[in-house]
Amino acid sequence: MPTFELTPQIMREIIMDHYSNPRHKGVPTGEGYKKVHTDSVNCIDDFDVYVKEEGGKIVDARWEGVACTISTASTDILCDRVIGMDASEAHNLVEQFMAMIEEKPYDGEVLDEALAFKNTGKQAARIHCATMGWTALDELIGGKKSND
Amino acid sequence: MFDPYVLRKDFPMYVNQVKMQGKPLVFLDNASTTFKPYSVEKAVMRYYETETSNSHRGDYDLCYNMDQEVLNTRKKLAKFINASPEEIVFTSGATSSLNLVAFGYGVKHLKAGDEILLTQAEHASNVLPWFKVSEMTGAKIGYIPLDEEGKLTVENLKKALTPATKIVAVAHVTNVLAHIAPIKEIAKIVHEHGALLVVDGAQSVPHVPTDVKDLDCDFLAFSGHKMLGPTGTGVLYGKYDLLCQTDPFMTGGGMNAKFDMCGDVGYLAPPMKFEAGTQNLEGIIGLGEAVDYLMNVGMDQVEAHDEMLKRYCVEELEKTGMADIYNPTSKGAIVTFNIKGVFAQDAATFLNSRGIACRSGNHCAKILIDYLHVGATVRASFYLYNTKEDIDALVDAVRHGKEFLDAYF
Repeated sequence: MPTFELTPQIMREIIMDHYSNPRHKGVPTGEGYKKVHTDSVNCIDDFDVYVKEEGGKIVDARWEGVACTISTASTDILCDRVIGMDASEAHNLVEQFMAMIEEKPYDGEVLDEALAFKNTGKQAARIHCATMGWTALDELIGGKKSND
Repeated sequence: MFDPYVLRKDFPMYVNQVKMQGKPLVFLDNASTTFKPYSVEKAVMRYYETETSNSHRGDYDLCYNMDQEVLNTRKKLAKFINASPEEIVFTSGATSSLNLVAFGYGVKHLKAGDEILLTQAEHASNVLPWFKVSEMTGAKIGYIPLDEEGKLTVENLKKALTPATKIVAVAHVTNVLAHIAPIKEIAKIVHEHGALLVVDGAQSVPHVPTDVKDLDCDFLAFSGHKMLGPTGTGVLYGKYDLLCQTDPFMTGGGMNAKFDMCGDVGYLAPPMKFEAGTQNLEGIIGLGEAVDYLMNVGMDQVEAHDEMLKRYCVEELEKTGMADIYNPTSKGAIVTFNIKGVFAQDAATFLNSRGIACRSGNHCAKILIDYLHVGATVRASFYLYNTKEDIDALVDAVRHGKEFLDAYF
């Protein structure tokens, strides 16, 4: 179960909190990061996603660029969630998120704060915003397709 | 002055009471495309239901009639912008028209060391083809500086022109800031410098009376779908002698007079030499009806209505204290703004949730961003069927802009 009660007010607050104070925004300063670029043909979002893996675990995830509220908050929450996961856990996380967005059965527990994006389908034009950071990260960790 | 509520009875999108997000649709994205009246729809259907045939050299009545319809539409378009019918080339839209000038004229006549002058406010379709010309010929691209309001002025044009300038390509009305350029004065100066003036009329021809003889521009490009016509239609106007010096961008059937196995080819005269292949016949006929509709309303009336809506929108948005407006003084039917503290894309989604269609982003004018110093904006654009009530809906939404996440809950 998620660690909070899923009311519209709380969902709003989660999104606004990560939009106003993103925890993982900024180009990483250290070494050993993999990077992938993502952007959108139908909106303004245009950013890079960074991942650092050590000993089979994701030890850091960051992003930097221009993004709307939905893509900022969803990518930032993604970074929160994946740190500490191995690639297959992270891939499962992305799959659960995609299932939720596509209104299919999903595991809410693993998503936690990302549940705030449950209603994205109400604004079809923003589905891509909610998912683009996730697709990019999945590509980086070898889930979707290899980045090299 | 016409009553937009009366005009709405001519538009199926209004008659059918189309909704968006369960709300009555407030369509304020007319700089992107426009609704079509029944007369246009009927003309397109007429082609499919009773008039289907190809044009060019048919030996039977249907085909002859189609040739006549295409010719009649060419005459209507010519009258609409005060040109001659043989100066009206049918294209798939302004983008295609501008590419035809760039590749057909620019690539043929420009050489290394020549210069093409643009502005930072141009739509991608009046920038990227010239970048290609530059790449292919070695001609340089230069920019006429905009004034502090984002306008193209005669003074700045004079400063930017050099003996190397061969082509000046500018919008009559720009698609983000909607300033109306003094094309007639610009044409005079450009010609005194021995250069040609290419005008992007995509945002002007649908909204302001256009007289190419008075303006004295050399080429004018515009789209049908932004002036009540079908998508996939457009026009390139060119002075006849310049069209004669322009190469076809496409070759094929319907544009050659004769050719033999040795590669000797004779092309038809303009405009036919640019219209290779079967044309968008139902679209062309529909475009003719769109022109009839606009001429019947009167372009001076359309312009006055647009201006009234523009002023009203700016005044009402300013009253909210919630909007940053980037083009309050321009005359064109576009208001470009941001809701204070709300990212443009979030604002546009919020407007969508209230049934309001606006566009967010950089509106295909990416180099303008350097000028506006803002990553993205919301654009509301008006046309003859828009009302003050449409603007009231927009303004009310802006007032509630801080609640933009309501779009999802």
